[in-house]
Amino acid sequence: MPAGQPILELQEITKAFGGVEALRGVDFALSPGEIHGLVGENGAGKSTLMKIIAGVHADFSGRFILDGKETRFRSVRDAHAAGIAMVHQELSVAPDLSVAENVFLGNQPTNRLGFVQWRRMAREAGEQLKRFGIDVDPMSRLGDLPIGLQQLIEIARVLFSGARIIILDEPTSALSPPEVERLFATLKRLRDEGTSIVFISHFIEDILRVSDVVTVFRNGRKVAETRAAETSKPALIEAMIGKGREALEETYTHDIMLPPPAERPVVLNASSLSLARSLRDVSFDVRAGEVLGIYGFMGCGQLELARILFGKLRPDQGTLAVAGDQKTFRSTADARRAGIAFVPESRRDMLFHQEPVYKNISISVLDRISSLLLKPSREREIAMRQVDQLRIRPAAVELDLGMLSGGNQQKVALAKWLSYPPRLLVLCEPTRGMDVGAKDDVIHIVRDLRAKGLAVIVLSTEPETVLSLADRVIVLKRGAVVREFANERISKDRLLEAA
Amino acid sequence: MTTGDSATVAADRKRPHRLAAILRSQMRNIAPFLTLICLFSFFAVASPSFATLDNFGNILTQISVTGIIAVGLTFVILCAEIDLSIAAIANVTGIAVAYFTLQESYVNIANVPMPGWAAILLALALCALLGLVNAFGLTVIGIPSFIMTLAMMQIAAGISALLVRGQIAYKVPPLVTTLGSTSIGGIPWIVIVAALMLLGGHLVLTYTRFGRYVYMVGGNREAAEYSGLNVKLILGSVMVISAVCAGIGGMLGVAHFGSAQQNEFDTYLLDSIAAVVVGGTSLFGGRGGIGNTIVGLFVLGVLNNGLDHVNIDSFLKILIRGLILLAALIINVYAQRLRERTAE
Repeated sequence: MPAGQPILELQEITKAFGGVEALRGVDFALSPGEIHGLVGENGAGKSTLMKIIAGVHADFSGRFILDGKETRFRSVRDAHAAGIAMVHQELSVAPDLSVAENVFLGNQPTNRLGFVQWRRMAREAGEQLKRFGIDVDPMSRLGDLPIGLQQLIEIARVLFSGARIIILDEPTSALSPPEVERLFATLKRLRDEGTSIVFISHFIEDILRVSDVVTVFRNGRKVAETRAAETSKPALIEAMIGKGREALEETYTHDIMLPPPAERPVVLNASSLSLARSLRDVSFDVRAGEVLGIYGFMGCGQLELARILFGKLRPDQGTLAVAGDQKTFRSTADARRAGIAFVPESRRDMLFHQEPVYKNISISVLDRISSLLLKPSREREIAMRQVDQLRIRPAAVELDLGMLSGGNQQKVALAKWLSYPPRLLVLCEPTRGMDVGAKDDVIHIVRDLRAKGLAVIVLSTEPETVLSLADRVIVLKRGAVVREFANERISKDRLLEAA
Repeated sequence: MTTGDSATVAADRKRPHRLAAILRSQMRNIAPFLTLICLFSFFAVASPSFATLDNFGNILTQISVTGIIAVGLTFVILCAEIDLSIAAIANVTGIAVAYFTLQESYVNIANVPMPGWAAILLALALCALLGLVNAFGLTVIGIPSFIMTLAMMQIAAGISALLVRGQIAYKVPPLVTTLGSTSIGGIPWIVIVAALMLLGGHLVLTYTRFGRYVYMVGGNREAAEYSGLNVKLILGSVMVISAVCAGIGGMLGVAHFGSAQQNEFDTYLLDSIAAVVVGGTSLFGGRGGIGNTIVGLFVLGVLNNGLDHVNIDSFLKILIRGLILLAALIINVYAQRLRERTAE
């Protein structure tokens, strides 16, 4: 650790949500001019601790010492005033405002009368973004840009806000490798200029590459703190989950042999799907008992493709056939009736947080088990079976979904469709933001489904996810299929190369 | 499994707080009920004529029309939509049923007399049709319900105006007269109808698949869509249900008041919305129900009736009513926040 006094020191921090302790007596120190990596499984307390630092959570117990003086933030505004800024996991930009307005959100340059100085704002925003390697018209509408670029702009806003402590929560999940490179270069430059940076990520390679110090969280406690140069990925993973795992190795194998295609019936055939600005002439099919991986960087058209498959978007051109029958989905209800199930990339969009677990699971089968009147005991029974099978914890179907941890919520999102059971399961980013243990569980669930003869489509921007699940992979680039991998050796490098 | 263990630990730790958590999550239901008890106690002490059986009957009768309209509105608000056309649809339906009934010769309306059953069916068809137009605008065209029903409010008022042309009609079909203005065994029929409709609404919301879908669509519309529910069909249905409930309330209301005329139901829009929301049904959807609406109806009924029993400036009463409603709404929003914090 660089010599001298830490800029920020937290002692014995404890924080509970509705009786559930998220942090238990955590100490944390941040030195000036350091990049501090945080790792830990979902629900380990990383984000909670960072939200305390950023003033989001004001009620906690413990000592909060900034510049050697004990303080207490009452709001995000207080944290900003003290030079602390955070990029949250979820994108929080104003899509209808210009790029420049987003960069200067909340502190536009004004003249003495309080009028916004548009020209100055556009010029400065353009310069800042260029320093970060982004070349866009500062006056264009932000929402028109690809998602990855929007995320970079949001990061840029915080990086150049002049904050001396910057917290980044999973900043790289939507970025392409070259964008990650640029981000890391910028982070290192800011560090050398004296800024302190906290970097949270599930990509342990990223953490090891960019951090000076790494802290590991488990179950609301800090379990390790080491210099990045003195540790390794296996050591960190072991600290995170508390034990070594073999399945882990399997997940991260770098060279995988794809199996030869099976002679099973085609469940879904997509032919020449096109959608304005997103997809061009995409064709593929997927067979029973097969997992088709669709890989591409953020903004390659995956999200739109998945939504077309589930009837949420309608293609401008092209056709879908389910088990040989041409289908036009006018609504998601049509797609479900055809036997298609869909899990979007964000759990928030998929689940009912204020409803008990069993209602979340039974919703997909309600029309099968009840014509008019509900049968709550049957619903609970069905839910309980899924909870057992998927090892959802706590195993209480009456509990509100919001009380579950993120990984368990993701399992509920799957459970809801498993009781259905569909012919084709479309999974978007099934392991995004998940800890290693939960990822492993999801991989096993998908393999079980494949063994039962389901067709599965996995869409992901994470090569590991596709590699660990798929029997066959197609790569999307700017809305078009550029490569198909089948019955051959495949690796992360070859995937990235194709995309 | 690590995640499993930690979650179980978390559940164990939560146990001592469970009662508090339940209380907090039930705040939405408890607060309106406490409001009701406070108001009732206050008026009972303040006025000797308030807490009598007779007056209780008055209150029931006074909240009946609002109650009938509020049944449908509860469905709409549970879906996180709003229907501003209910009062106007009630009005036009009441006028329509009178329009199709033979009026006395001194009533100067070009009405089209028909048998009672036909008049009732036509009036019901009219309100259902207006509800369908609301549903079409909301789901197919995609106009926000706030705007769509604002337009419908004007359209329904326009039809009313055209039908009565500033006149007043008095006659409605015998069945409507019976249900609206007579009693059986000392209990007004209109109270029975309101009670049955509230009960029916409660049963549909609690025990049917459609009811579950209403809560799911209101709780998280995106998730409902990604679960393969036909969200548009559900939203459309609640708009029609709302219009039909308003129509029934309007027909019985006309019989109850003894006349059908323009702008007769204007106050019922705010009263119905207030009853639903004061009762604790969330304007953001997914939380609440008919039980809440019933409590809300009584809060409003006791307040309106009680203020007539105490000796205060009648012009001040309007202000007092507004302030008490505001207080109830503040409690509603606060309860919502408490719950969200628990769910976090």
